[in-house]
Amino acid sequence: MIGAAALAFVVAIALMLIRALRGPTLYDRALAVNSIGTKIVLLLGVLGFVTGRPDFLDISLLYALINFVATIAVLKFFRYRSFGVPLSPGGEEGSK
Amino acid sequence: MTDLLDLIGRSLPAIGAALCLTGGLLAIIGTVGVLRFPDVYTRLHAASVTDTSAMTVAIIGMVMMSPDWLVAFKLVAIWTFFFLTGPASSHALANAAHVAGIKPLTGKSLKHETQGDLS
Repeated sequence: MIGAAALAFVVAIALMLIRALRGPTLYDRALAVNSIGTKIVLLLGVLGFVTGRPDFLDISLLYALINFVATIAVLKFFRYRSFGVPLSPGGEEGSK
Repeated sequence: MTDLLDLIGRSLPAIGAALCLTGGLLAIIGTVGVLRFPDVYTRLHAASVTDTSAMTVAIIGMVMMSPDWLVAFKLVAIWTFFFLTGPASSHALANAAHVAGIKPLTGKSLKHETQGDLS
């Protein structure tokens, strides 16, 4: 049954990849990539239990951290077209 | 009483596997919502709601299957991180789309949109 759970996550990732490839706007693609990241974290955890080695959870935790930072960075780049701008409008002027 | 505790302890991995399968099915349902909804904001709604619930259910199932306390602690750490950052990234996505000038579909525009293709 745990193998069926892993298969369900693989199917969900494959379907979400369709939205990432043919999304009309940039934000559809960013949403699909963020959701794929969440599902990959869960798939890595389940895969660790399938193979009987729960050490995969370390990789899973690292993937979760990188996924969040990557989403925020990509959205900031969409908005400002630069990484050198501070996120809060009340902060000091960032170097271009 | 001891027999009951023993039964619960032996059936925990099966219940955990069933919960993991439930999480996978929830992920598929959310993905179908993302594929079929007509707008960025409605797609965001489908994705974020089912991501949070599927993640919670699957991690509860994996905690039930975990062999020792360290694995359970790692799973709880992953859950806490997603619980904090999932709404934050969803809000960042909606805010970025709104600032970029994408209008939400309402009323007449929705009816007009569903006449055409739902790509």
